[in-house]
Amino acid sequence: MFTRTPYECHTRLAVDGQWHARPGDDRWARLIEGYRTMALIRQFDKKAVNLQRTGKLGTYASCLGAEALTTAAGQTLQPDDYFVPYYRDQATQYLRGVRLEQILQYWGGDERGNDFPADAPAVRDLPNCVPIGTQLTQAAGVATKAKQRHEHTAVLVTCGDGATSRGDFHETLNVAGVWQLPLIVLVNNNQWAISVPRRLQTASRTIAQKAEAAGIEGFQVDGNDLPAMLDALDYALDRARHGKGAILIEAMSYRLSDHTTADDASRYRKASDLHAAWQREPVARLRQALVEAGHWDGDQEKAWLEHCQRQVDEAIDSYLATPPAPATDMLDYLYANLPPALLAQRAQLEQRTTGGHHA
Amino acid sequence: MLSTHQQPDTAIPMNMVEAVNQALHDAMAADEDVVVLGEDIATNGGVFRATEGLKEAFGIRRVMDTPLAENLIAGLSVGMATQGLRPVAEIQFMGFIYATLEQLISHAARMRNRTRGRLSCPLVIRAPFGGGIHAPEHHSESTEALFAQIPGLRVVIPSSPARTYGLLRAAIDCPDPVLFLEPKRIYRLQRLPVARHGDPLPLDRCFTLRAGTDVSLISWGAMIHETLAAADELKNDGISAEVIDVATLNPLDRETLIATITKTGRAVIVHEAPGHGGFGGEIAATLASDALLHLRAPVERVTGYDCPMPYFALEQQCMPGTDRIVAAAKRTLEY
Ligand SMILES: Cc1ncc(C[n+]2csc(CCOP(=O)(O)OP(=O)(O)O)c2C)c(N)n1
Ligand SMILES: [Mg+2]
Repeated sequence: MFTRTPYECHTRLAVDGQWHARPGDDRWARLIEGYRTMALIRQFDKKAVNLQRTGKLGTYASCLGAEALTTAAGQTLQPDDYFVPYYRDQATQYLRGVRLEQILQYWGGDERGNDFPADAPAVRDLPNCVPIGTQLTQAAGVATKAKQRHEHTAVLVTCGDGATSRGDFHETLNVAGVWQLPLIVLVNNNQWAISVPRRLQTASRTIAQKAEAAGIEGFQVDGNDLPAMLDALDYALDRARHGKGAILIEAMSYRLSDHTTADDASRYRKASDLHAAWQREPVARLRQALVEAGHWDGDQEKAWLEHCQRQVDEAIDSYLATPPAPATDMLDYLYANLPPALLAQRAQLEQRTTGGHHA
Repeated sequence: MLSTHQQPDTAIPMNMVEAVNQALHDAMAADEDVVVLGEDIATNGGVFRATEGLKEAFGIRRVMDTPLAENLIAGLSVGMATQGLRPVAEIQFMGFIYATLEQLISHAARMRNRTRGRLSCPLVIRAPFGGGIHAPEHHSESTEALFAQIPGLRVVIPSSPARTYGLLRAAIDCPDPVLFLEPKRIYRLQRLPVARHGDPLPLDRCFTLRAGTDVSLISWGAMIHETLAAADELKNDGISAEVIDVATLNPLDRETLIATITKTGRAVIVHEAPGHGGFGGEIAATLASDALLHLRAPVERVTGYDCPMPYFALEQQCMPGTDRIVAAAKRTLEY
């Protein structure tokens, strides 16, 4: 059991990696797996930012600082659950079977990055959602389907702290309460919505407390703390799968990056705040805890980071080597069948972009 | 062109985003009812820096970072405008404007009509729009035609720094609600002289950017630049093209459009948005009904394909290029 209240942040790991509550012996393997994913995603993220800087990727939304909460989401979702992401969920998507090269392809401006592998749990997941908050009501729709079909599955939807200002957020909590939907709303409260700090989004003490007005459970968790996030999501998803209703989880984190590669956070954020946030960051914190408990060491770390480097480099090579999509793709997926009314346009597009030759 | 509105002694060089910024500064200084609101516009100065310095100059009472909610921004603006404030709201990208539709269609555009003039809604919604900057999904839309059909809502699209300044000042002064769409691809294209205190520009006139006799090229927004380039190419081939910047989609300046066709007899309409249901259709219909006997060739439309603007790997292939404009113009001459 763990404390679940909207006003106190559930934490397992102190910032120096000391355990508030040590895990049982059967728990370490999962934490080590989680750590591996977090370290991998951190490397991936860093290289993705570099790819953008060298013109090989478009605007990219870094997930620096979100590794624990997004990894926990991926670790706790069952393959037949549903995931409805926003756009900082790289680790969750990866654990749902989206390939790293596809994540790059997405940020490289190519819709094929949204075409998740047919054999991955992600195959029914919704794609990234850019118009803020609009994924939330959709997730309620997915949850309605799961409930009507008596599936014993859960739907996990993510959003940022800024998104909680949209009507979509409140509409979703409301219907989730009224209809007892198997829906978990996970807010990545990274304290910023581009330049706007959390206190300018809402005057309520916490975001988690907004669940109360909707008649659902809500609580706050340390989003920089993998074991705490696993506690929270295990509990919430299990309840949802068993028909016990929706839950709002506010994961407290910090956006350690600029908003995206198009942003310069030094315009609106104090360096000292960022520095302080780094002291709580999730990857080093879990590593220290694992090392302290004797479940990880320097050699393992070195070997794993080398592995990550190779895996990420391979993904980048594969991304860069992928030939561009034919321009006709812009029309070919719009309708189930290309309407005859579009045939002439399609022919013109093909003629212009392949010079009449088929690529 | 604009020279009649410019006083060269006060003109200073600016790009389009600087012209937006200058117009906002000057409008706020001139009228303390003018307030500015939106996401990331105060402390950050806007993601394109269009509102930079306003918070420092006018304070957070008049320069408001709102919570992240577009429906809220629109509703706040409607409420403020009915009570005498002059809100100028920024929607960060046109792709995020759709949550404002209910407020714009059901309220802003018809407040005056519904109350038989007792209340009005002098608000401006500014939004960067259009493709070509390698932006993320949903950041490259050109859905001006959706808005141009809303009776009571003015739709204004500048295509140069001077027209940006003059039209935005006019939009803020205008007693009607105005959607002011800024073609972000050309935000920083060139610095050109802008007369800060020149006359405001009319909100219901096309601008004739280049006079010609053989064919009329009709466009707006960022596409004006491909269109001007096409006119240059045509000139090299001995073809004289007139270039019309529509600039105000609603209300539409039918006189200038009919006059240009009366002169050239040939029309090529260019826009980035899909052709189907695009605003070019309204212009073509105007020419068909009011200038038919002057037309010497079918009206050509050069537009984006009938699909959402593709994510950026394919966006260039979707946007009309100069080659397609030139080819269409030549078709009208060979007809
Ligand atoms: C409807 C909508 N409005 C505005 C934007 C532009 N925008 C992109 S991200 C963002 C801030 C989002 O903040 P938050 O919800 O806290 O998520 P975070 O990026 O911090 O993870 C804004 C305003 C958008 N994408 N969609
Ligand atoms: Mg945030």
